[in-house]
Amino acid sequence: MPAIEKPFDVQARIAEIRTLAESAIAKPATFGPDLDLMGFDVAADAKSVESLESLTKQTKEAALNIGFDTTEAGRSGSYFQMDRSPIYRKVEEMFDNKLEIMSTEEALAMYPELMYEKYYWRNVAPDKDKYTAQVAMTRTEGYFIRVKAGQKIDKPIQACLFVSENNISQNVHSVIILEEGAEASVLTGCTIHPKVRNGLHAGISEFYVGKGAKLTFTMIHNWSEDFHVRPRTGVTVEEDGVYINNYVMLKPVQSIQSFPVARLIGDRSRAVFNSIIHGLEDSYIDIGSETSLEGAGTRSEAIARTVSSDRSTIYSRGRLIGKNNDCKAHLDCRGIVQSEESTQWAIPDLASVGAPGAELSHEAAISPIAAEEIYYLMSRGVPKDEAVSMITRGFLDIEIPGLPPALRRQIDKALEDTAKESL
Amino acid sequence: MSAASTSPLLQVEDLHVSVGDREILRGVDLIIAEGETHVLLGPNGGGKTTLLNTIVGLPGYRVTGGRILFKGTDLAGLEIDERARLGIGVAFQRPPAVRGIKLKQLIEVAGGDDFSESDMADLVGELSLEKMIDRDVNMGFSGGEMKRSEMAQLLAQAPDLTLFDEPESGVDLDNIAVVGGAMKRLLKAERVGKGTRSGLIVTHTGHILEYVNADIGHVLYGGKLACKGNPLDLIGEIGKHGYDKCVECAVCQR
Repeated sequence: MPAIEKPFDVQARIAEIRTLAESAIAKPATFGPDLDLMGFDVAADAKSVESLESLTKQTKEAALNIGFDTTEAGRSGSYFQMDRSPIYRKVEEMFDNKLEIMSTEEALAMYPELMYEKYYWRNVAPDKDKYTAQVAMTRTEGYFIRVKAGQKIDKPIQACLFVSENNISQNVHSVIILEEGAEASVLTGCTIHPKVRNGLHAGISEFYVGKGAKLTFTMIHNWSEDFHVRPRTGVTVEEDGVYINNYVMLKPVQSIQSFPVARLIGDRSRAVFNSIIHGLEDSYIDIGSETSLEGAGTRSEAIARTVSSDRSTIYSRGRLIGKNNDCKAHLDCRGIVQSEESTQWAIPDLASVGAPGAELSHEAAISPIAAEEIYYLMSRGVPKDEAVSMITRGFLDIEIPGLPPALRRQIDKALEDTAKESL
Repeated sequence: MSAASTSPLLQVEDLHVSVGDREILRGVDLIIAEGETHVLLGPNGGGKTTLLNTIVGLPGYRVTGGRILFKGTDLAGLEIDERARLGIGVAFQRPPAVRGIKLKQLIEVAGGDDFSESDMADLVGELSLEKMIDRDVNMGFSGGEMKRSEMAQLLAQAPDLTLFDEPESGVDLDNIAVVGGAMKRLLKAERVGKGTRSGLIVTHTGHILEYVNADIGHVLYGGKLACKGNPLDLIGEIGKHGYDKCVECAVCQR
């Protein structure tokens, strides 16, 4: 007689998550400055809106700057979170039954066994550090996006995580699931209302890319001089799956520390990380990525371009771990230091773990803009400042193959704004 | 005839230039009138590129005596881009690769506000730029591609005086005809309302003169213009007797 399968014990898992989180409540992160989390206030609730058009002009503008279009033109779906409240979500009609967008709380209520057993806190550990612990122990929201098997969502899904009040801690926990053969691009913008000066954004992101699925995840950050940011991201990619991560931050921040981890568990799965970062004012930026190549025939590439100006500090990290005899990965991080008061570290980190056949390589460089390139542009009539700005923009403008045009335009716009401001 | 045509376009007077502690140019005098194309010959390390780069305004070339007038304006103290906007263009021998800047962008920048899409299409066709136009400028370009890229930028810029630093170096025979054709167009000012253009060509071999007509040749020797004459005659003499004898040769008009 076959054994009857016991349903997953959700309550036991909730208790386990809580115990793990409690054990890490004072645990500093491996990298980045340690923050006193007691200093931040709890976010208040915000009211839901029927239409994004009812948002204030300032909110709409701030959202547009990070790629969130409140007219929803050219988007397949939208999610908008204000502080801790999901205030708007919508799936365009033509994508109904192919795509689910809701808050993570709703998803936990709707699919408790599935979520707790397979997805919620499975790619990121609740006891990783004090930031994951805080998110696990306080009321949080965030988005849940699931693309059904075989569905190709050709227009980007957009999400905005918006901070509207001073000195709060915005805790977010988001989950993206692409079932077998599904394809989607998600554009997530994180930003603040222009009146907000300081605060914290602690965001957990767990992404699951199924067999043969492809997820392009683009994140644009736009914070302020006194704002702290601690994202924690874990990704798993199954057989023949592809994960592309694009990260853009071209505005000041007080501190950000982020080190997303992608595990290529399926054979022939791939991961690509592209990062474009401009350190301004006193920004402390510690950004990197880790790819663990576990399946046979896995491939990965990480490309980072960093420019540091003013008094900024940038750490650009990249870790590749080869765990399969048939895997190959390359890391390419280049930096330009534009100010004598700024500091840059490029830290490539490669490991072959029990995999003598793993091929891992890196190219890391920090150098100034070559004077002869500036003179070359000047000889065509371009003034010096403009030449420097053109070259800087060109340096940051990495080619991202297969990026949907809407996302490309968003990155172009952010780069354009940076070029203009640097004049 | 306008009044401007009576004064020279470029006037170099008793120019002394040092690079580091070394004096390279020791009293160069050169006048290029509107519509004239001059050729600059001379041994390696004789200062040909130094003269070009000094006119362009590149840092590191220190003028210790004399002056350069362009359209009557003293170039001393003018930045590279200001000289370019006055009407000086340069085709570099080995231009740098610039990551992230496409050839197309640089042509547009050089062309300025008047430059249209159809101008671009013409250039792409004329210089066969199809495979290069969306690539980072000079990044992995072959010798011929590099020269075609320089010509495209200059045709867009349409300078009154173009300086060519060894336009035939590193270029195969197929490309040299294309580059020569572009130089001819640059110097002949076929476009209406652009005035009569001038050029100064640095060449070792003189091969480029099979494609471009030049009016006057000079030999830069020992930091001075030692010799002046018909460019093809000068090249013939140098070929037979070498630069050392050139100063006293029969074809020299100076």
